[in-house]
Amino acid sequence: MTDTVATQPRPQKKASRWPYLIPLVAVLALGGVFAKRLLDVERGVEVNALPTVLLDTPVPAFDLEPLPGHAQGLKNEDLKGQVYLINFWGSWCVTCLYEHPVLLKVAAAGDIPIYGVAWRDTPEKSLAWLAERGDPYARSGQDPNSKAAIAFGVAQAPESFLVDAQGIIRYKQAGPISMQDWQTKIQPLAAMLKAQQKQ
Amino acid sequence: MSIEFIEIGHFALALALMVAMAQAIIPLVGAGRGNAAMMAVAKPAALMQLVLVLTAFIALIHAFVTSDFSVTGVYNNSHTAKPLLYKIAGTWGNHEGSLVLWVTILAIFGGSVAAFGNNLPPALKARALAVQGMISVGFIAFILFTSNPFLRILPAPSEGMGLNPQLQDPGLAIHPPMLYFGYVGFSMAFSFAVAALIEGRVDATWARWVRPWTLAAWTFLTMGIGLGSWWAYYTLGWGGWWYWDPVENASFIPWLTGTALLHSAIVVEKREALKSWTILLAIVTFSLSLLGTFLVRSGVLTSVHAFASDPTRGVFILVLLAIAIGGSFTLYAIRAPHLQGGGLFAPISREGGLLINNLLLTTAAATVLLGTLYPLITEVLSSNKISVGPPYFDGVFVPLMIPLIILMGIGPRLAWKRGDLGAALSRIKIAALASVAMMALSLVMNGAAKFTDIGGAFGLGMATWLALSTASEWIDRVKLTKGGAWQRITNLPRAAHGMTIAHFGMAVLIAGVSGAGAWKQEHIQTMAPGQSVEIAGYTMTFEGVKMIKGPNYDAGQATITATKGGDFVATMHPELRSYIQPPQQTTFTSIHTTFFADLYAALGEAQGAEGAFVTRFYYQPLIPFLWYGVLLMAFGGLVSLTDRRLRVGAPQRATPAGAMPAPEPAAAE
Repeated sequence: MTDTVATQPRPQKKASRWPYLIPLVAVLALGGVFAKRLLDVERGVEVNALPTVLLDTPVPAFDLEPLPGHAQGLKNEDLKGQVYLINFWGSWCVTCLYEHPVLLKVAAAGDIPIYGVAWRDTPEKSLAWLAERGDPYARSGQDPNSKAAIAFGVAQAPESFLVDAQGIIRYKQAGPISMQDWQTKIQPLAAMLKAQQKQ
Repeated sequence: MSIEFIEIGHFALALALMVAMAQAIIPLVGAGRGNAAMMAVAKPAALMQLVLVLTAFIALIHAFVTSDFSVTGVYNNSHTAKPLLYKIAGTWGNHEGSLVLWVTILAIFGGSVAAFGNNLPPALKARALAVQGMISVGFIAFILFTSNPFLRILPAPSEGMGLNPQLQDPGLAIHPPMLYFGYVGFSMAFSFAVAALIEGRVDATWARWVRPWTLAAWTFLTMGIGLGSWWAYYTLGWGGWWYWDPVENASFIPWLTGTALLHSAIVVEKREALKSWTILLAIVTFSLSLLGTFLVRSGVLTSVHAFASDPTRGVFILVLLAIAIGGSFTLYAIRAPHLQGGGLFAPISREGGLLINNLLLTTAAATVLLGTLYPLITEVLSSNKISVGPPYFDGVFVPLMIPLIILMGIGPRLAWKRGDLGAALSRIKIAALASVAMMALSLVMNGAAKFTDIGGAFGLGMATWLALSTASEWIDRVKLTKGGAWQRITNLPRAAHGMTIAHFGMAVLIAGVSGAGAWKQEHIQTMAPGQSVEIAGYTMTFEGVKMIKGPNYDAGQATITATKGGDFVATMHPELRSYIQPPQQTTFTSIHTTFFADLYAALGEAQGAEGAFVTRFYYQPLIPFLWYGVLLMAFGGLVSLTDRRLRVGAPQRATPAGAMPAPEPAAAE
């Protein structure tokens, strides 16, 4: 009988339970990895290393419808001659909630205008979101079908681009802008670009 | 606005969610209490659910066919200029619609068990359908709350966004339904496994009920993967047929474990052994099918996909998976140790062979899974970005397949319990010799200059081995050379014929893989009109490109004349298509097949103003065998499904439900 490989009938002997836990443990470990990845995505950690190929190149052309009740939409031609931040967001986007107070403060400080792109959203939801939380955007455009988002290579919301007076993209932030990001990276760069503009 | 069909569909789906909840809870409680009336709810609930989900699905198809762009799913994925076939296929050519297809197939399987499973013990049937109901609840809720294609846009846009042109292809129109029938079909094995765990018993009759569902799912999945591969072969324009990319792997991993399940269920049925292993495989296979859906949909692996940008979906699916997979494995950890083991067997026996088959197949599945998830795992744990490519997969997968193929030739000849290896081997001497002869022949004919020549020769030898040993086993079994063979052929169970056909199909497939892998030739060049190139003895003359108009695209269509030794062979018309909505270019290859080899032409970009174009020519020996092999394997599955034993009157259980079966006597030594 030493050469048998079968599970034997052993009604009286207590079988070890531990091997039967292996699949559960393996699944939980894998689930943990997936959960962390999703959190990373949600926090805006750059997954899959998408380098900003657009850096130091002209902004892609866009011409977006205004939100209902707003006079102006967003058109790259109209925004030329100023340093600005363009921000892709959606009312469905959880991380945008974290970024939103920062944008409100930046807008109130008035260094540079922020233009909002309501991405993959309905105008009603976008308007309700802005009405409830405050509107930091000098102008807003709708991008329900990712036209502009694809042109900009936006992989997830929020994503923001700092554009100079010549319409060249100078900085890309994938994921939410924190107050620290603003103070240490974007604001100094924007100030420099504005100074260059005056020269 | 009047109530239209689409609203009825939307409402039916919401109603189906309610019915699924009832189906998930009432029969389960009933089975626990032995309440026949509560258990009986399962059948009408499953049938009702089928009617409701089908209504929703048909309503969505109707909206696509009539191009009702006020429906979000239609607006985002369709266009009036699209041919009818792709309007219909567009229904499931997107995230939301494919989920509706998913739950429709789930409801079809559930409804079939309800309608045809009258010989099932009531408690097992009630529990299995309840588990099906739980899966439905999860997925219908997922559709309604995060991915609803039935929502309206007002005012309605006048034109839709169009379907990805690469998906506008007859192969891809039927590929997802096939694949989903496979994925979702494994839910039946899963539901039966979970029901058996709740019940606490697994026996031969259980395996007999599970096998046809597994077999059907396996057959569909085989066809689905084959179609996907064929599509990649003739549309991507690079002559390849398998890229080991995550989406392909996601369907291949459950195929491997599903194949293992198919074989281990035989051991449970015949010998009452490998029970908890079989249960585990049933859970694992469906879990991997769910994981396949998750990997493709959530953007965990490919975050550049647009739907990834909505994290609520990913979180929802992850929670769904955690409940389904985590829950079933918890149940497994609690209940499986108590399952009674059955018949003993010696290592060299049919059971032993099937066990090794299972180990090899699951190891192969694990290596593919590891390679697919490894970049993700390293990135999450160390933020290093790595990629795992074909060299890894070829390197680990092929060595695992070699012992499997050798075993496939021997295993079917071993007796149950205790086989005679010497006797088995003596009968397959001819197959072994022929395979060595084939290797030698290939080395002589094709040379051994390159490693691929040796690999190709070895592959052809393996194919010969498997084909001949499979055929000879069948010949011996029906004693073809003796009188009354026809009688024995017709008396042989269909399952046995099915096995022979499927194993033979595998041999044909291996020949295709080997030939295409080792002796593919390619020529990529810029050609001016009138120029010719030689490939594998064929002269390909580029006559020029003219512009043509399709229903929803413009195309440059090349004319290429293939001749061999001055004789005309074929005129080929590869195209480079520019679709209008969405604007995108696709290649449309032209393939001339000779049954043994394909001559393959693809058109690239224009070069300069003189009418010169980039052309790509491939000569692919034996690649048609790949498709023949897939068809044979799927046909083997179908033949096996018609087995009388699976179709009618599965025998009733010997012991009353609830009682523990007596342990089998130890095998006679």
